[in-house]
Amino acid sequence: MPTTKTRAPARPGQPKPRKQAAWKLRLYVAGQTPKSTRAFDNLKVLCEKHLKGRYLIEVIDLLEHPHLARGDQIVAIPTLVIKLPPPVRKIIGDLSNADRVLVGLALQQVV
Amino acid sequence: MTQQKKANRAPSRTLSKALTGIQGLDEITGGGVPAGRPTLVSGGAGSGKTLFALEFLVRGATQLGEPGVFISFEETIPDLIKNAASLGFDLDRLVANKKLFLDHIAITRGEITDTGEFDLDGLFIRIADAVQRIGARRIVLDTIEALFGELPNPGILRAEIHRLFAWLKERGLTTVITAERDRPDKLTRHGIEEFVSDCVIVLDHRIREEISTRRLRVVKYRGSTHGTNEYPFLIDEQGISVLPISSLGLDHAAPIERISTGIDRLDGMLGGKGFYRGSSILLSGTSGTGKTSVAAHFVVAACRRGERCLYFAFEESPRQVIRNMRSIGIDLEPWVRQGLLRFHAARPTYGGIEEILLVTHKQISSFKPGIVVVDPITNLLMVSTLGEVRSMLTRLVDFLKTEAITAIFTSLTAPGGSLEASEADVSSLMDTWLLLKAIEVGGERNRALYVLKSRGMDHSNQIREFVLTDDGLRLLDVYLGPEGVLTGSARVSQEGRETAAGTSRRQELEGRGRDLKRKRQIFEARMTMLKAEFEAEEEAIQQSIAESTLLDQEVLRDRGQMQRTREPHGSAAARVGAARPARTR
Repeated sequence: MPTTKTRAPARPGQPKPRKQAAWKLRLYVAGQTPKSTRAFDNLKVLCEKHLKGRYLIEVIDLLEHPHLARGDQIVAIPTLVIKLPPPVRKIIGDLSNADRVLVGLALQQVV
Repeated sequence: MTQQKKANRAPSRTLSKALTGIQGLDEITGGGVPAGRPTLVSGGAGSGKTLFALEFLVRGATQLGEPGVFISFEETIPDLIKNAASLGFDLDRLVANKKLFLDHIAITRGEITDTGEFDLDGLFIRIADAVQRIGARRIVLDTIEALFGELPNPGILRAEIHRLFAWLKERGLTTVITAERDRPDKLTRHGIEEFVSDCVIVLDHRIREEISTRRLRVVKYRGSTHGTNEYPFLIDEQGISVLPISSLGLDHAAPIERISTGIDRLDGMLGGKGFYRGSSILLSGTSGTGKTSVAAHFVVAACRRGERCLYFAFEESPRQVIRNMRSIGIDLEPWVRQGLLRFHAARPTYGGIEEILLVTHKQISSFKPGIVVVDPITNLLMVSTLGEVRSMLTRLVDFLKTEAITAIFTSLTAPGGSLEASEADVSSLMDTWLLLKAIEVGGERNRALYVLKSRGMDHSNQIREFVLTDDGLRLLDVYLGPEGVLTGSARVSQEGRETAAGTSRRQELEGRGRDLKRKRQIFEARMTMLKAEFEAEEEAIQQSIAESTLLDQEVLRDRGQMQRTREPHGSAAARVGAARPARTR
């Protein structure tokens, strides 16, 4: 489910996001646990609300690609890595605290 | 395979242990850390936790066929490789050979925002991946408590760490978890020791008088006996060495072979044969009493027999020792050239007492000497306390005895101190104790030597004076005066007195002899004279007797003639008459 819902698992040549789709988010999960599912749902809602059309979510299941955990230094699950815009930030937890997620995304001023 | 092994282990009644490969630790723990279980290694900053953990993995991978994973929460991998290189470990090669896997987990607190529930599945997956890649049997988490500083929600973290340990145990991984100890009353900063109930080892790094000492203690080892002492350990280019004090036990052989001290008369004082091979000899005395000289004699005697000698000079440089010994006619240099004598000179202050012990061990192991000289042990006190020196010497003596190496330890006694009491701390370790002392008498300072004890042999009870001549050390005859042993010129004057007394006695004797002779001569002369007198008297008497006899006969003859003239016919009657008076007389 989360994987299928991902807007674009592949990076190049995305038709839908516009040129300023500068939000590149990567969500790390480990299997489809309730926590993971919840995190994805929460993220989806927030993005739709604040970043509509300007974001890209990539979901990585570490059970399938364990070696990817090293690249982004993933320890806790779920972890959301904000690859763009810089700087790279991490948000851990199931993203149920929306206010804090917005702080993490540095979107509060925008709102 | 792994699972099978574990299954085999489980029913075994005794705890199965995994050798750490760390020198000395396996002896203390009786075979290593609990196999397939976590062990906590806790210690302050710079106490050597990471190096301990690294060596555990490297030894496992290289010597025990157990590949290992190192999960570093603090140091980066290049740093780790560099640090390991200082212990002589080539991590790059081990990684390339798939015997080791290094992973650095870096989290920066600033990057993290907490937005709700989480778990450490990411970490689990990383560990599982690493373990699976190389088929690891060992794993190190260095130091997992770093997560507390970087992840929010300590409650979740604790639960997750607990789960991690259980998970590692389930997989049968022999684990070393390091933890920072910032307070003496706690083992770890965040109390994770409660999750590691099997084995806890504490490392400590103390500085006393500017010299550092590292110590290790097994605080807890469930289901196993273990040494509970604090054991000093060292980190050098060959890794960690723990020096167990009691692991060797007291089961060394006791050779009965005797070896010469190199001084004939000293051999004589030791039952005529010298020291036992493999015994430990203490040579104590105040400064300048000739300790080094006695030791040098022993060394030369050993070299002559073709034995190797190792000389630890803690006070003088080898060249200095050689020069000084040459002044008493002992040339050590040829033996050095022949490779029979090796000097190891170092100021003890160079390192801690453990370092000295380790260096000593290493030198002995590599040179394999028959004789070891430590000159002097008292310099070790400069770097350590008496207790530590004693414990170090105990270990050294044990080691030497196991190797059947004869050892001479010289010890400098502080002037004014009690000669015997000051060494009491180490003397019980020694088999033979020679005491050298200076005797000051009549404005002189002379050297004397005696055997204070010598286990298992008949030994002299005398205090013997000795002199250092151009031809080595010479023990002199004993002179006892009313105030004890006579030395130096007192001895010489005693010798003189005795010679003089002897002469006069001889003279007196000779005089008496002459007297007797003279008396005999007088006696004989007198006897001759008396005899002459007697003879003269006798002669005179006999002459007078003869004369009177003659006179009688003449009287008779005259009487007869008279009768014959008075009565010419009565001659017969006259003859009868003449005979009658003769008969009556």
